[in-house]
Amino acid sequence: MSVAKKFLYVNRKAPYGTIYALESLEVVLIGAAFDQNVSLAFLDDGVFQLAKGQDTKGLGVKNFSPTFRALGDYGVTKLYVEKESLAERGLTEDDLMPVTYEDENDGFAEKPSLIFVDRAELARVMRDQDVVLSF
Amino acid sequence: MTTLHMVNKSPFERNAMKSCLAHALEGDGVILFEDGVYGAVKGSAVTGDIQGKAGAVKVYVLGPDLAARGIADGRLIEGIKVVDYPGFVDLVTSHERTQSWL
Repeated sequence: MSVAKKFLYVNRKAPYGTIYALESLEVVLIGAAFDQNVSLAFLDDGVFQLAKGQDTKGLGVKNFSPTFRALGDYGVTKLYVEKESLAERGLTEDDLMPVTYEDENDGFAEKPSLIFVDRAELARVMRDQDVVLSF
Repeated sequence: MTTLHMVNKSPFERNAMKSCLAHALEGDGVILFEDGVYGAVKGSAVTGDIQGKAGAVKVYVLGPDLAARGIADGRLIEGIKVVDYPGFVDLVTSHERTQSWL
């Protein structure tokens, strides 16, 4: 197998108004299965994807938000969240659901996957990638 | 290690161009195409967003998309370079990665 590349999936859309968010998650899981170095970024309306307490029963569509919590099992442990995007929408870190992973290099200790970064830090994360896929 | 940012949506309908410019770093390129070309016109509510990155970021616009929309080169913000389709391809190959802003 060739050397793993760094893939960043950029999420800028709210979860249920369009199909982008769900499709992004599907592609992330595919990418992870190929042993690539995968991380996710949530900015602009994309931060709404991580909101606590999503309940789609009334819509008759799948609530895919619990799937973010499964990403750790696929080796996807870095979910970057832009602080400015949260603040612009009146959200704080506490309004987001907890996403954690078990660190197999540290006795399977449970650690947070959400990494809160400011806009300038996120710009540097973007530039550090081999491939950037946008949703 | 520069990035070519690609914007194909009107800046008056979405914040794609604004968010792109807020994340573009020194030396990066931004190409406006399809409805994104409306962002290249001077004297609009979003002209300042592009002018604010002048010098740090190079902005390009796809000529055929301008022509299709009746936008003459004289209406473009100072410093924006018009490219054709082969020019677009050259930009893709001369940056390390591309990033779409949908």
